[in-house]
Amino acid sequence: MRAGAMNNESEPSPLQPSTAPACGACCTRIVDLGVKIGPTTILEHVHLHMHCGQLTTLIGPNGAGKTTLLRAMMGELPHTGELRFIPMHKGSREKRPRIGYVPQKLDMDALSPITVRDLFAGATVRRPVWLGVSRQASQIADSQLALVGADGLQNKKLGQLSCGQLQRVMLALALTPTPEILLLDEPVSGMDQAGILLFYQVVSRLRRDYDLSVLLISHDLGAAARFADRMVFLNRTILHDGTPSEVLSQPLVRQTFGLNYGEGAAS
Amino acid sequence: MIAWASWVGALPFDWAQFSFMQNALLAVVLVTPLFALLGCLVIQNQMAFFSDAIGHAALTGIALGVLLGIGNPLWSMIAFALLLALGITLLRRYSAVPTDTIISLMMAFTVALGVVLLSRGGGFANYSRFLIGDILTVSPSEIHGLGILLAVVVLLWTTLFNSFFLTFLNRSLAKSRGIRVWVLEGIFAAVVAVVVTVCIQWVGLLVINSLLILPAAAARNMAVGLRSYHLMALAISLVSGLAGLIFSFYWGTATGATIVLFAMAFFIVSLVFRKR
Repeated sequence: MRAGAMNNESEPSPLQPSTAPACGACCTRIVDLGVKIGPTTILEHVHLHMHCGQLTTLIGPNGAGKTTLLRAMMGELPHTGELRFIPMHKGSREKRPRIGYVPQKLDMDALSPITVRDLFAGATVRRPVWLGVSRQASQIADSQLALVGADGLQNKKLGQLSCGQLQRVMLALALTPTPEILLLDEPVSGMDQAGILLFYQVVSRLRRDYDLSVLLISHDLGAAARFADRMVFLNRTILHDGTPSEVLSQPLVRQTFGLNYGEGAAS
Repeated sequence: MIAWASWVGALPFDWAQFSFMQNALLAVVLVTPLFALLGCLVIQNQMAFFSDAIGHAALTGIALGVLLGIGNPLWSMIAFALLLALGITLLRRYSAVPTDTIISLMMAFTVALGVVLLSRGGGFANYSRFLIGDILTVSPSEIHGLGILLAVVVLLWTTLFNSFFLTFLNRSLAKSRGIRVWVLEGIFAAVVAVVVTVCIQWVGLLVINSLLILPAAAARNMAVGLRSYHLMALAISLVSGLAGLIFSFYWGTATGATIVLFAMAFFIVSLVFRKR
């Protein structure tokens, strides 16, 4: 899947902005990542260095390549450059990180006879779900759902859940087993304001509890600015990288999101 | 087989005394669970149209077999169905044309090509048996083949089901969990293509897709989870198959179509018990 690793630099690239203090613990590093689909360049020279426990929001106009970046990180799309996880312990090897992924939506309709329990068992154990879910798999699902405040949803069909509930269930699943980096693709689209707030609170708490690197695509600049440690503005490559207030004050960003005409969404 | 024949023959019904009915009964008992298992995932993956196209492509498969002088057209049918399945899978990936458009184009093309090739010199009537199918002609060696096919599918469904399920739910999610999604999609398309093609001679290509879709569609209306979904589909498929076979014997009707009507009756009943 992965197109040949390009540079084998272990030093931070000169292109990579250094906003955060030097990597004290573990981190995930994207080095010179590029994606081409046919003749079209979707992404090029993407450098990103994410520390554990840091919540990074990825913003950008439609078609900027945000989802493509996540899909390339998961190895779903052929890409150049590389993705590495550098563990906390000096002795441990660098490797591709274990990824937890929260998709924007699932390919199913409201009638699909899939319960939350089925989803968990299908993703985490080998025993085929159509033969039933073991007690053990059920217990794992229970304890993971409790982490995101979604306990009691085990027996619900996925189609019965609200947007916010479904995203929290998907989040709980992405945490099973605990990943090294958590990728979320517009998790709050379609949620009401209360749902968005709750979701961000949960994500924000989890990245501290689990010392997770979180990379989250968002169109909701307000909540993103409030909870994120860092904001990255992407359009084919990374154009701005910094704290939310730094990035949201950039003229290009303000123009892209129409922030010039009003009080600015980052309040 | 002998034990089966003596067991069925001991049943106090007149149909059970005929060896063709004993064979057909065993074939139904093997085919219907196969279709129920496949159907559940076919619906989940929104591939109902795909399996229909594969069924219709059998005409071209038969024609190619005739042209190439292959004694048993089954092999050319399977080869062509696999080729078509591969073609559709690749077009889904690399073409910007919507999937349903691709599939209906393919279906129209393969049906037209098959009819043109088979109707040269006015001989299409020789092949109309494939349209309707006849399960009463199933031979003991074919039943062994069916048994092997069922065993293979059950084995695949016990080892790969969760991966299929996750891939069809969200490819990226499956990929993030280390599943090789293209391999799985390929395996699934190939299994559907082979099973549908093999069974056309007994069920008939006009109704074979309904036999695949209806039990699962009915089960979906009533099931609350994947387990009950599959159990209900298996039960509906088996009961429709048995009822269709026995009633077609008394009514003198085509078995495949009669089975489908029973499955349709289950579907209508399931609408009443629909759960949301």
